[in-house]
Amino acid sequence: MFVYILKRVLATIPVMVIVAIFVFLLLRLTPGDPAAILAGDAATPAQLERIRDSLGLNDPLLTQFMTWMGQLARGDLGTSLLSNTSVAGMVGARLGPTINIALMTIVISVLLAVPMGVIAAWRHRTWVDFLVMSFSVLGFSVPVFVIGYILIQIFAIDLRWVPVQGYKAPSEGFGAFFSRAILPSLTLATIYIALIARMTRASMLEVLGEDYIRTARAKGVRENVVLFRHALRNAAVPILTIIGTGFALLISGVVVTESVFNIPGIGRLTVDAILARDYPVIQAMILLTAGIYVMVNLLVDISYSFFDPRIRY
Amino acid sequence: MAETPQSRHSAFQVLTGLFSLPAGARVGIGPILAAVILVIIVMAALLAPYYVPYDPLAMNAMARLKPPSPEFLLGTDPYGRDIFSRVMTGGRVSLLIGIGAAAVSVAVGLIIGLVAGYFRTADSIIMRIMDSLMAIPAILLAIALVALNGPSLGSVIVAITIPEVPRVVRLVRSVVLSAREEPYVEAAIALGSSMPKILMQHLMPNTFAPLIVQGTYICASAILIEAILSFLGAGVSTEIPTWGNIMAEGRSYFQIKPGLIFWPGLMLSLCILAINLLGDTARDLLDPRMKKREG
Repeated sequence: MFVYILKRVLATIPVMVIVAIFVFLLLRLTPGDPAAILAGDAATPAQLERIRDSLGLNDPLLTQFMTWMGQLARGDLGTSLLSNTSVAGMVGARLGPTINIALMTIVISVLLAVPMGVIAAWRHRTWVDFLVMSFSVLGFSVPVFVIGYILIQIFAIDLRWVPVQGYKAPSEGFGAFFSRAILPSLTLATIYIALIARMTRASMLEVLGEDYIRTARAKGVRENVVLFRHALRNAAVPILTIIGTGFALLISGVVVTESVFNIPGIGRLTVDAILARDYPVIQAMILLTAGIYVMVNLLVDISYSFFDPRIRY
Repeated sequence: MAETPQSRHSAFQVLTGLFSLPAGARVGIGPILAAVILVIIVMAALLAPYYVPYDPLAMNAMARLKPPSPEFLLGTDPYGRDIFSRVMTGGRVSLLIGIGAAAVSVAVGLIIGLVAGYFRTADSIIMRIMDSLMAIPAILLAIALVALNGPSLGSVIVAITIPEVPRVVRLVRSVVLSAREEPYVEAAIALGSSMPKILMQHLMPNTFAPLIVQGTYICASAILIEAILSFLGAGVSTEIPTWGNIMAEGRSYFQIKPGLIFWPGLMLSLCILAINLLGDTARDLLDPRMKKREG
């Protein structure tokens, strides 16, 4: 087991190195002078020189890459071109809201989607199944921000239950945090629920046809124990996989949702940095999100054996 | 030199064969409805210049933010432009981007996937690169690409295509890997067929069915990503109306004019819903094993 985990952790290194090379080349291979692209049309020669200097664009490509990788290894993500402060500091200051909203989204999604999928499979080809499948098809078709605005229109403008936009940390009172975080979390959760419910249903349908389910029922095991203990545990691996790969959707969704709800998290930071072409911040954010994605999927891989003891490494 | 009979399919025969229903297959009311909706949306977008009442770009300072009326069916935007005319015309570029991105990703992914599936040495390098690309969130990569390359139609299509390519490559590679074990491919290799011939004539036709399904999904997701890119301010130039652009401009006026987001949002969602449903139907017809799994 330990050897397997170590192998999997080591296997993430080449992936992250290639992501780093890609992020590095993204700017350098864009046609035109990178400094001019970042500075925009109205840049003075002095500004261009400052950008070239701070990114080391005057050095040979290999030297630039080695310097940058050296900095990364020391945890130095560079300096923002706009605010001239350290990128690591900027990201750290914005991490809180994003993590809170992402955690709330995951909890909501799993708590709603898994029972939805289980019930849809249990009542296969009835109106419940049809409803769950319709929701999941719809969830894939409506853009995240449109869902956000529909929720704002209903719950914040028409019903006045919660504020329209903004963010308060949980330390400023849980009620204030919850009332502002619930709509963004529900917005983000829609597509995630659609994804997980669909996979749970498909995986449960396969398992419910197995002999041991019939045996359990014949023994007189209560139906909810059959569903949630016997069947769901055996259906868990594909569900876990989709929760892991779906994490990429969640990260993309955060970027959009934070703009809709005016939340000062890393999603907003990223969009602002990209639109201002603040390249050190863009580099750091792509590396960070790719790193999170790889980590989550590593944890999912390792958790398989916890849910399915037949899987031994 | 003898050819094995299975390989005698031309690309055209394979493609037409895909669309004839297998014996006993039935198509429900859902996919037919989806096809009708999609045809209506596509026709409405294509023919927009002939029937919309106003020039979608013409500003009118006398008619700003008008409510819906017989004169302006869905009202007007903050610049006095007719929302109905803009939404109908906006579909043209959105659909173009969807189809363009799907075609380019499938073509590029097919070539890379064939190479990865056939040449063992290239395979591990290509797949490591593809895995890494897939670790980067698609929207982040796309906005970064548009921000660096400028907001032209071409750069938006490229930006949407690059994150999609790894998915196509994986699909093509897996099909090629299983097909190359088939006796007719081994026979062709033993008979000394040239490598391009094996790739093009024996292996490639196997990828068409899954690629058509994948292509429809990419088309839907490209239309969605275009809207998100425009919404975040990294889409095609705001002078061209697209569903995403109209919604992006509606952001600041959301509380007084929600229609600026809801109408294009509705068109976009209907369109994506229809394409996804058709994709699901195509998958069920082309790959009966998947149907069994999904119930």
